Amino acid sequence: MVKVIVYPPTSTILADLVDRMGHTPLVMANEIRKKIDTPSLESPPLNITPEDPKKGLKYAAVDVPSGVRGRMSLIGPMIDEAEAAIIVEDNNCLVGCTGCARTNELTRLLIKIKGIPFIELKYPRDDGEARRFVHEIRMFLEGLK
Amino acid sequence: MRVTKYVITSPESEILPSDIAMHIYGSKRDVHVKETCFGVIINGEKDEIDDLVREIRAMDPNGIFIKDRGFPPGDPRRCRGHRGGGPRPGFFMLECESKMLPMISRALEAESRNAPLPEAAPEKTPVSMERLVEIIKDEFA
Repeated sequence: MVKVIVYPPTSTILADLVDRMGHTPLVMANEIRKKIDTPSLESPPLNITPEDPKKGLKYAAVDVPSGVRGRMSLIGPMIDEAEAAIIVEDNNCLVGCTGCARTNELTRLLIKIKGIPFIELKYPRDDGEARRFVHEIRMFLEGLK
Repeated sequence: MRVTKYVITSPESEILPSDIAMHIYGSKRDVHVKETCFGVIINGEKDEIDDLVREIRAMDPNGIFIKDRGFPPGDPRRCRGHRGGGPRPGFFMLECESKMLPMISRALEAESRNAPLPEAAPEKTPVSMERLVEIIKDEFA
């Protein structure tokens, strides 16, 4: 079983495919769960602490907008933990945690330069493309040890 | 550790969210279930949820999609009942991907049969300048 980071980290399709093929998807929801389940009175309702921007500094410089550093404090540890990655380029449904184009660029860059196996695809637009999309992901995931 | 999962049915699946909810109630497991328009949200201890996920997948292996959720169902920080309505954060991604779920379901079904892969469609390229000039000349001739 391999820990696979998916991009977008909020994707249902990618998280499901990784899970159904026996690997562990690294997704934003798990990071959010850690945040909201940790007992803390620092900054309700989401328990953002002064430590979070410092975590983000590991991945983005201090002069980078705080939105990037805040997001990277969640996405960065996932990249550190990842043993493989699936990247799907799409600009249509990236909102919320994935709503910052600069963070998304940095995320994709950090995944690619980490040296882990990754596959880059586009969301399918028809049945033929969907068939190839699923096949390529399956082949990639089956090749991971 | 308690975990929460989204169970999302493909728009073309013959399984309804209510079918999944009834299956969970019938299993008598100690989990919270919230039925939604796109599926159900389940919350419970990790081992129990993992077992339940396997059972739910078996109802329609290619038409049910499952992913993690950070907030438990009905959490006042997210639930619109507590926030006076408005958009539900996280729904945009679901809405965007739900349009593709029928295609993915059909692809998974074909993959399980080891059906031959279709030929890749040729990449669409922009019209060349010469062709564009021809079109303009034809149009205004």
